[in-house]
Amino acid sequence: MAHADAWHICVQAEPFEVGQELNALQQATPQAGAIVNFIGLVRDQFSPSEASNAGADNPDTGKGSLEAMQIEHYPGMTEKALNAIAQQAAARWPLLGLRLIHRIGRLEAQAPIVLVATSSLHRQAAFEACAFIMDYLKTDAPFWKKEIGPQGEHWVEARATDEQAKQQWKHAQ
Amino acid sequence: MNVTILYFARIKEVVNYSSEQVSLPDGVETIIALKSWLSGRGEVWKKLFDGSSVVRAAINHELVDELATLDEGDEVAFFPPVTGG
Repeated sequence: MAHADAWHICVQAEPFEVGQELNALQQATPQAGAIVNFIGLVRDQFSPSEASNAGADNPDTGKGSLEAMQIEHYPGMTEKALNAIAQQAAARWPLLGLRLIHRIGRLEAQAPIVLVATSSLHRQAAFEACAFIMDYLKTDAPFWKKEIGPQGEHWVEARATDEQAKQQWKHAQ
Repeated sequence: MNVTILYFARIKEVVNYSSEQVSLPDGVETIIALKSWLSGRGEVWKKLFDGSSVVRAAINHELVDELATLDEGDEVAFFPPVTGG
């Protein structure tokens, strides 16, 4: 660890600025040869599996458009879960630093939800750790999304493919 | 035994509670026993825990299975499968 703030994990309502976060990670890990990042965004349409609910059955007419996402979480457990995921990633790959930011509250369509940025000497560790952290966050971190559109709102359902993505990492060990 | 129970997301809306303190009768010492005891409150609670939808549980911020045991002062949480990211 090169710098006290090389590891930054945060749950916040405020937006984040990706460029600023990547610069901060780069400066905190000057020996890094690779930084990889993932940004999760609020779509402007209802999630496909739910498109027949909430009066959103015909995307062509704009009925499927999404206004916002409300994200709830379990304060206390969320931070512990994110830290545990980061520790697992750090135990598996030679990471130099990490920025993991997840937003909560009401987020408008196209707003950024989550940032995972990993820093390492060489690219493979940063690529793999970034994917691993997102796959685990999807199944282990207590966040819940509600989609809000012109004609209603509904809770997003968990997807079996997310659990499969996590299981693949266990088989790869 | 006294525990705090928290409810999140869809489950919070269904039961209309976000948290409550409960005093459990003797014999209610596991998650599955707690679910069964809560199911006795009425139809809404019975349907919530009848297995038709997945309800995850945590004790003191750790995900647990149904056989996990409760201790005095624990914080128990019930919530649907998570959907962050």
